[in-house]
Amino acid sequence: MTAVLEPEEKIDTPSPTVVEDKPRSIDPALPRVDRVFHFSAMTIGLSVFVIMGAIGVFLGSKSIPTFERYGWSFFTESQWLPEQDKIGISAVLLGTFTVALVALSIAFPLAFTTALYISEYAPTWLKNPLVSLVDLMAAVPSIIWGLWGFFLIEPDAIHLAHWIHTHLGFLPFFQVDTDPDAAQWAPSRYAASAFIAGIAVAMMVLPMAAAIMRQVFAAAPLGEREAAIGLGATRWGVVRSVVLPFGRGGIIGGTMLAMGRALGETIAVVLIISPAFDIKFRPLEVGTETVSALIAGRFGEATSAQLSALLTAGFVLFIITLVINTLAAMIVTRSRSGAQTD
Amino acid sequence: MTAVYEPEHGPAPAHDLASFPPPGHAPAPIAAESYAPPAAHQPTPPPAYLPPAAYAVPPQQAYGATADYPLTAPAPEEPVASQRGGTLEARNISAWFGSNKVLERVSLTMPANTVTALIGPSGCGKSTFLRILNRMHELVGSAQLNGEVLLDGQDIYASGHRITTTRNRIGMVFQKPNPFPAMSIADNVTAGLKLTGTKIGRSQREELIETSLTRAGLWKEVKDRLKEPGSALSGGQQQRLCIARSLAVNPEVLLMDEPCSALDPTSTRRVEETIHEIKDQVTIVIVTHNMQQAARVSQQCAFFLAELGTPGLIVEAGDTEQIFNDPIDPRTFDYVNGRFG
Repeated sequence: MTAVLEPEEKIDTPSPTVVEDKPRSIDPALPRVDRVFHFSAMTIGLSVFVIMGAIGVFLGSKSIPTFERYGWSFFTESQWLPEQDKIGISAVLLGTFTVALVALSIAFPLAFTTALYISEYAPTWLKNPLVSLVDLMAAVPSIIWGLWGFFLIEPDAIHLAHWIHTHLGFLPFFQVDTDPDAAQWAPSRYAASAFIAGIAVAMMVLPMAAAIMRQVFAAAPLGEREAAIGLGATRWGVVRSVVLPFGRGGIIGGTMLAMGRALGETIAVVLIISPAFDIKFRPLEVGTETVSALIAGRFGEATSAQLSALLTAGFVLFIITLVINTLAAMIVTRSRSGAQTD
Repeated sequence: MTAVYEPEHGPAPAHDLASFPPPGHAPAPIAAESYAPPAAHQPTPPPAYLPPAAYAVPPQQAYGATADYPLTAPAPEEPVASQRGGTLEARNISAWFGSNKVLERVSLTMPANTVTALIGPSGCGKSTFLRILNRMHELVGSAQLNGEVLLDGQDIYASGHRITTTRNRIGMVFQKPNPFPAMSIADNVTAGLKLTGTKIGRSQREELIETSLTRAGLWKEVKDRLKEPGSALSGGQQQRLCIARSLAVNPEVLLMDEPCSALDPTSTRRVEETIHEIKDQVTIVIVTHNMQQAARVSQQCAFFLAELGTPGLIVEAGDTEQIFNDPIDPRTFDYVNGRFG
């Protein structure tokens, strides 16, 4: 709209001396206070990058012996048997993603509808209490979620898992290695599974996903909302035509950030799962292992070689979450939520 | 779709429109009838739109020459009946934001098929009044009101009156152009149908897009780029796209809240032309800060004023000509002559 004014080049300089016409340097001429603040803020800000980089370098350097010894088999081997010199993280990585996927498939619909309700449907007096309540979920320590999952959820989740297996067991990923229709079905086959760990992890990542989505939904431009309302749209019509197209980046980004967190959740997973190193995608079945749970479980008794192997597993997890979070951040910032309309 | 459609119904109306009938051409009645349009749909160009040649006419001429319209308008067999505007009557409207009263007992009748301009200095409650007319006022949490708004005799605030239907019948164009940026130009035009769950066939849809854009005076500029996003247009084009979008749902009343204040003079002129062209089919209420604009486009004018610390009210309302040339109240005289505000 407002035309960008070109620098006025036509103005004749009074002096006829020919000087090279190039951009001159301009001293920002900041007052001392500003310069001090600028410098200290920059230093502190950069230290975050330094710390992140140091973690990466530390983990990477500790991983070198493991990579030298095991090479690619570190990624293909499923067992973790330092005594037999068999070490690999394929099963562990699969378990990590299984738990995270279960967590996301539970957390996503909950976070999405919660965010949508709070930002679009909830009456004004209910909005702030609901926001605080969801944020409060994030403040619950993960050990509490672990206990919650173990004592409150697992006894019932076993029945749910059995029910899913009975009715949807024809799908390979709902398989459990037992007979669901046996007169005495085996509850222990459904316990300590990725499914139950995933439920606990879902509760932990839900608040973050919901908060990001809610903020993006609430930022949908008022002008477009009024346009839709003025045409006679229902609330759902406004959501569909304005809020969701606008918030798509936030939905994807928020989910991926939640994924990044779900991959690293440790203590709740340790409490719930029983370790198993099988290459299988059966979330309902007993036993799985995740990278963080593996490190937490084996850290105490590890020899220095084993420690290097554990740190290597940590390094891989670090890289994976870094990539996922960076992608998520890029999606969030590049979506329309920041640009295009003001 | 069209290929299947043609043999059944004779000359394809979509084709007819694409080639733009010359002035005075009356579409074959069969084409109009074979549509059996659902009430909301208008199969042929509205009577008042200007065929291409007429776009070249300078605005002053186009404005003054009401007598010219019959020349360019198709014969009266046109199904204009569904296009009649509604009469809007506000009775004793008071409005509050929280405890702050912004309007006091404002009554105004906006007769069918006229353009009513609401003028007055900033903060006098014009926009609030306008937003009360299609129930946008209550979107603000602390907003309250008293009084009645009658659309063709029925109170739109009566219980049992569905709010979405009301807003559908009383369209609104906003100060800042607000096309849906993620939608194409064509989808923007039909957004109102989609939002209200109105189903429409593909050829009817194409026809509606063309008709609406033509009525809004935008068709010629965008007919080759209907698939581009609405945000790709210039500000003035976006505003006319918003007008086309409002017209596509066939409202009885169109409210315009300073539709030209964000536009350059050329775009403003085009929007004013559009207002002239559609006022025979829809009642228009326009808020404007531009006195010349009010004088140019409206037949009726209401002067709002909120004196220091008091809620806004209508000082004077009447024929535009009288308000501008021979106002009764001295405050109106001062305002329209630029003495304050």
